[in-house]
Amino acid sequence: MATTVKDTAVAAPPPPVKHGISFLTSRLRQIGIFVALLVIVTLFQVLTGGALLQPDNVSNIIVQNSYILLLAIGMVMIIVAGHIDLSVGSVAAFVGAMSGIMVQDWSFPWWAAFLASLIIGGLVGAWQGFWVAYVGIPAFIVTLAGMLMFRGLTQIVLGNQRITGFPEEYRQLGGGFLFPGLFPPETNLLDWTTVGLGLIATMLLVVTQLRGRATRARLKLEDEPAAWFFTKLAFIAVMILGLTYLLAGSRSGTPIVLVVLGVLIVAYSAVMNNSVFGRHIYARGGNLQAAQLSGVDTKRIDLMLFVNMGVLAALAGLIFTGRLNSAGPGAGNLFELDAIAAAFIGGAAVTGGVGTVIGAITGGLIMGVLNNGMSLLGVGIDVQQFIKGMVLLLAVGFDVFNKRRASNALK
Amino acid sequence: MAENILRMHRITKTFPGVKALQDVSLDVARGEVHAICGENGAGKSTLMKVLSGVYPHGTYDGDIEFEDTVVEFKDIRDSERAGVVIIHQELALSPFLSVAENIFLGNEREKRGFINWNETNVEAAKLMRRVGLNLSPVVRAGDIGVGKQQLVEIAKALSKNVKLLILDEPTAALNDEDSAHLLGLVKGLREEGITCIIISHKLNEIREIADSVTILRDGRTIETLSLHDGSVTEERIIKGMVGRDMESRYPDRTPVIGEEVLRVEDWTVRHPQESSRVMVDAVNLSVRAGEVVGIAGLMGAGRTELAMSIFGRSYGSHITGTLYKNGSPITARTVGEAIRHGIAYATEDRKRYGLNLIDDIKRNISGAALGKLAKRGWVDSGREAVVAGDYRKSMNIKAPSVTAITGKLSGGNQQKVVLSKWMFSDPDVLILDEPTRGIDVGAKYEIYTLINRLAAEGKAIIVISSELPELLGICDRIYTLAEGRITAEVPIAQATPELLMQHMTKEKD
Repeated sequence: MATTVKDTAVAAPPPPVKHGISFLTSRLRQIGIFVALLVIVTLFQVLTGGALLQPDNVSNIIVQNSYILLLAIGMVMIIVAGHIDLSVGSVAAFVGAMSGIMVQDWSFPWWAAFLASLIIGGLVGAWQGFWVAYVGIPAFIVTLAGMLMFRGLTQIVLGNQRITGFPEEYRQLGGGFLFPGLFPPETNLLDWTTVGLGLIATMLLVVTQLRGRATRARLKLEDEPAAWFFTKLAFIAVMILGLTYLLAGSRSGTPIVLVVLGVLIVAYSAVMNNSVFGRHIYARGGNLQAAQLSGVDTKRIDLMLFVNMGVLAALAGLIFTGRLNSAGPGAGNLFELDAIAAAFIGGAAVTGGVGTVIGAITGGLIMGVLNNGMSLLGVGIDVQQFIKGMVLLLAVGFDVFNKRRASNALK
Repeated sequence: MAENILRMHRITKTFPGVKALQDVSLDVARGEVHAICGENGAGKSTLMKVLSGVYPHGTYDGDIEFEDTVVEFKDIRDSERAGVVIIHQELALSPFLSVAENIFLGNEREKRGFINWNETNVEAAKLMRRVGLNLSPVVRAGDIGVGKQQLVEIAKALSKNVKLLILDEPTAALNDEDSAHLLGLVKGLREEGITCIIISHKLNEIREIADSVTILRDGRTIETLSLHDGSVTEERIIKGMVGRDMESRYPDRTPVIGEEVLRVEDWTVRHPQESSRVMVDAVNLSVRAGEVVGIAGLMGAGRTELAMSIFGRSYGSHITGTLYKNGSPITARTVGEAIRHGIAYATEDRKRYGLNLIDDIKRNISGAALGKLAKRGWVDSGREAVVAGDYRKSMNIKAPSVTAITGKLSGGNQQKVVLSKWMFSDPDVLILDEPTRGIDVGAKYEIYTLINRLAAEGKAIIVISSELPELLGICDRIYTLAEGRITAEVPIAQATPELLMQHMTKEKD
């Protein structure tokens, strides 16, 4: 057809190589989200008169938001593939309830209950993934149904009773800290475990980043400008060390859940960037037909994504059940919306194909700091809700605006 | 000749970098059926879009006179008010609305915002009788066949007091019976004094119903012929359509042809939703190592359907027949299996089916064979970038780096990315569907050179194209496809555009 000439025939001049400022603008979205987090932290640090970055409060923010961040990891993967999962709050509650029954009624040891819970989460995910991938029902519908079904099941298995009094080991995951008594208290100027951990993490980061850059140089691949690379690296290192310092000064040191979260963030970032599975997720979300015509088994990808989400939801359920020392029928309510908001604030695209784990985590932290800061200021839940809604809208609005500007520039 | 209802004078329409129409003139007499013929890409649809206001006044040069006044249509509604109605090849009915609602969509029988259902249905029934549709007006449009949907479109046009009706390939998707009915209807409309412009590839249809035919080629008017005295033959029209000079637009090559690599036997494919429609009908074909085989067919002949059904059954239902690879039968039920058997398929629509436009060059190139770059599920990104860089150089992909987003590349460069992707999957058989569509001449030459290089490496290559000169320029052997059937197999030495076009327009006996 003659009309197809319209958009293809022009030999567009190749986009210029990016230097300095233009490189920064190309990373605007990436940088923007971190800057936003920093601005919000600074703002509340000032407004609360320094209460926000008190060591114990920092520790609190991390533990309080850990399960949302965990869910956000799985959620951003699902969103990148072009789906959505509304059921994670209910699934987390259901698994929490089942784990309670296992340790209380069936006298499972804590580790067996954990293992069985994760398996239950995986099965729930497989169930939902089956309907999405192989029956072809939109994920919105399947997981809306799941949200109702698993909320119902939670109430059924609990008999509308709350389970409390979880064993000590169980509660460590959600509320425990890393080796609290390892060093004698008199030496405890700082929590040395935390300091060590922070230093190791920083070293690992610097070494892997430098080695990656060296490999790219050896292969003569183009890379980020050196200034950008080293600024970024230094910035992240300072952030980790700063966090280390704060946590080391807190009452109990490093929360166990932070270690779990850190490992998962690194692992899932690697999966999304460097594994065949992760790359197929981006391909599936970017252009479903093109992925299928390149031989990607998109149905299997969909199934695996939901299984993964189920396992992460189960882990989130274990964490908050342990932290609250309670499994109740209303637990995990609206978690899904916080996780979805985190992913979108973190730059995931509604149409799929775009999004990162680290972005979703940052998005989740923005929400978490907003929550915590406003609570410290005594702002009511009602106003908090309103402001969080505004932030979500503006973040995605900023994205859309950016995209439109970019596509206009092409014309 | 009678008074003209329409005069399009020296219409020029430019898309960035391409002149789609150049000084095209078209005169249509009142009350006639006027056919427009031309190869794909000749500018027929563009011309009709200019006429109907899809491309508004000001985006083209030249004048349009309709009923003796100069008109400047701003959009489709504007042209419809004047009485010009276009029915596109892809029907635009809403499948979940009733036939009556579709007929009056955007033109509702209403009073102060409330639909008058009785009037809607009664008026719709009257219009439906006029086009010979014996249906209840409340049937859902999605529940009736394509032929009847086409009639609903015409009824819709009639509801707008149409004076000039434009039909773009109206019978391309219809079976013989529905086609005959539709053509009868067009004749009936002529009796009522409605002028018709009909774009069609089916020359016998044109000779049957049209009073005159205008031939376009490469965006220019070639000639207008009167069909009244019967002296104009199909061969005469074909000559006008294809008669361009063959310059040396194709690189030289000496074919070294080896053993048969892929053979397709008795391959029959049905439409995925309407299993009564046979899209590919008992096709036999084969391709040998180092050979470039062409498939020539007009739009709707089943070219893409044939290719995609071979490529892991990615199109169609109830597929029967056998594939032989290197002489032994293979099954390729999924795209993954087809790729493992060494088959690659570069799609006709690279934006929709070929590329992830929001991702970069290197990830698109590695997309079909990521496993080659991975160890135990982990991708070696360094090697990926190296591989992509090599392809960027050898394929001459014009982009600053392999991290450039493919959506921002030109058509030719996008196509090179698609070809790189399939070359990296290291296939034995490459099926290229319209490999040069929407690509400028220089890039076309590069693509042809690549095809030659691949053939020289011993790959078996199937090229699907609706541009005959292209097939004649690069192929060793050409199959013609019409209505899903192979109608001829022509060695290159005997192939002429006229001969191929004859077989491409051959209809079922």
